[in-house]
Amino acid sequence: MRIVVDWDKCTGMGMCESLAPDVFEVDDDGSLILHTEEVSQDQEAEVREAVAACPTEALSLEGPIDA
Amino acid sequence: MTHLVVVGASLAGLRAVEAVRRDGFDGEVTLIGAEEHLPYDRPPLSKEYLAAEECPDPRYREEETFAGDLDVELLLGTPASALDTAARTVTVGDRTVSYDGLVIATGAHARTLPGTEGLEGVHTVRTLDDAIALRAALRGGTSRLTVVGAGFIGSEVASVGRRLGLEVTILEALETPLARAVGERMGRALTHLHRRHGTEVHTGVAVEEVVSRDGRVRAVRLGDGTEITTDVLVVGIGARPATDWLEGSGLTLDDGVVADETLAAAPGVYVAGDVARWPNALFTDVAPGTMRLEHWTSAADQGGRAARHAVDPASARPYETVPYFWSDWYDGRVQFVGIAAGDHVEVVAGDDAEGGPFTAIYRAGGRIVGALAVDMPAEVMKYRRLIGARKSWDDALELAEQRRQQRAEKARQAAEQQGASA
Ligand SMILES: Cc1cc2nc3c(=O)[nH]c(=O)nc-3n(C[C@H](O)[C@H](O)[C@H](O)COP(=O)(O)OP(=O)(O)OC[C@H]3O[C@@H](n4cnc5c(N)ncnc54)[C@H](O)[C@@H]3O)c2cc1C
Ligand code: SF4
Repeated sequence: MRIVVDWDKCTGMGMCESLAPDVFEVDDDGSLILHTEEVSQDQEAEVREAVAACPTEALSLEGPIDA
Repeated sequence: MTHLVVVGASLAGLRAVEAVRRDGFDGEVTLIGAEEHLPYDRPPLSKEYLAAEECPDPRYREEETFAGDLDVELLLGTPASALDTAARTVTVGDRTVSYDGLVIATGAHARTLPGTEGLEGVHTVRTLDDAIALRAALRGGTSRLTVVGAGFIGSEVASVGRRLGLEVTILEALETPLARAVGERMGRALTHLHRRHGTEVHTGVAVEEVVSRDGRVRAVRLGDGTEITTDVLVVGIGARPATDWLEGSGLTLDDGVVADETLAAAPGVYVAGDVARWPNALFTDVAPGTMRLEHWTSAADQGGRAARHAVDPASARPYETVPYFWSDWYDGRVQFVGIAAGDHVEVVAGDDAEGGPFTAIYRAGGRIVGALAVDMPAEVMKYRRLIGARKSWDDALELAEQRRQQRAEKARQAAEQQGASA
């Protein structure tokens, strides 16, 4: 499963980082850094939470969960 | 469980119906909303929507999505007027809708200044219709904007006013704006942001009268007799939870619908969003009692949670959260996580004397309970995790030190690079 960021929508709020810090981080200038695009099985729950929590609905998930 | 009914078709209501469908709930779902509009996003209404040359479309989903993917019956345009928790019915116009599980997500209404109803040039900002009207008012040859209330929404409107080149005055009843939301010292720090951008701020003033002529606002008269002439008056004095329709329902109403830690207000009835008051277990040790938030994030979150509990009460568990809100002022962003309670606030980065950039953290009961940042987007979310994990004050100071070193290292590298390319 892959994370897709709509870069036009993301405004660097960082809700995603507070829920899944290994995956998302907001840089000092407010831009989002994606530490990984692929979501592993043990990250799935928190990444799903991050997707739901993004106030600009900038995040979505694509593809199947890796075995 | 066969029929989930959600009252209030905004953020919390939308997230409610989406969450149960995503979980595979295959019963009937009805979403009831007082406004004609499909659910739309409110934060832009006091920001981009007013400021941008072209207004963005604030709707979350297309109409087809509700009928199609979500398979939700939408009842828009008529408010629910009564709830019978014994018969498990909601009254909407002349219809009676039966439910097995109910989510109350009716949000809040903007407070108004008594005596200004119907006066041209006087605005609140809560609904899309409000924003459409204000957007036009700010452009129609207006030169002076006065905002009553230095809260977040009032401050955002003031920011937009300056961006559009207007003379802007904010009138605030409290000595320190936002003292309840962020504390005294930080309230003062945020007020600097206004002054830095040329907005006049009068604190500790009472609005005595709104002066009008020919049905249009002309000025605001203060308690000491001063008159402030204005073309547009925006009233940003907070919101009152939309609970009128629940009078007599037997639910406990006290500045919101009071619920237990699982968001349950009565058997089968759960609350979410701006209307919900519940004990947030994460903070009951330092701020006893219940809390009601008016933040995007908790409304979204509680919407999903309340609906899941409503369709499967056996699965209900306590809902706790670290509150989060943001607010866009001028060209910058204010972010707050946690609660502003406690005995000490410490500025751990930047300088609050001139209104930022800075980051401050809040201490209560020996642990970190809040963090505020102005124009430091990388900071608050790191503290949000500590707050959620009930980490100690020392842990927070340690993170602050670590961040200080990281920023210094970055600055050093940037300087080096600049030196190399020069
Ligand atoms: C202008 C503005 C700017 C904001 N900016 C920010 C921000 O920058 N950051 C942030 O974190 N939060 C912000 N917020 C707060 C955020 O938008 C709210 O917390 C969120 O909208 C709450 O969602 P809700 O669904 O609980 O309630 P609401 O969005 O208030 O929706 C409730 C809905 O229920 C309907 N309703 C009411 N009574 C009835 C009834 N009897 N029957 C049927 N329907 C009914 C209402 O018409 C409304 O559509 C802002 C809010 C506003 C108004
Ligand atoms: S929460 Fe959304 S807006 Fe914020 S940084 Fe993450 S993706 Fe961007």
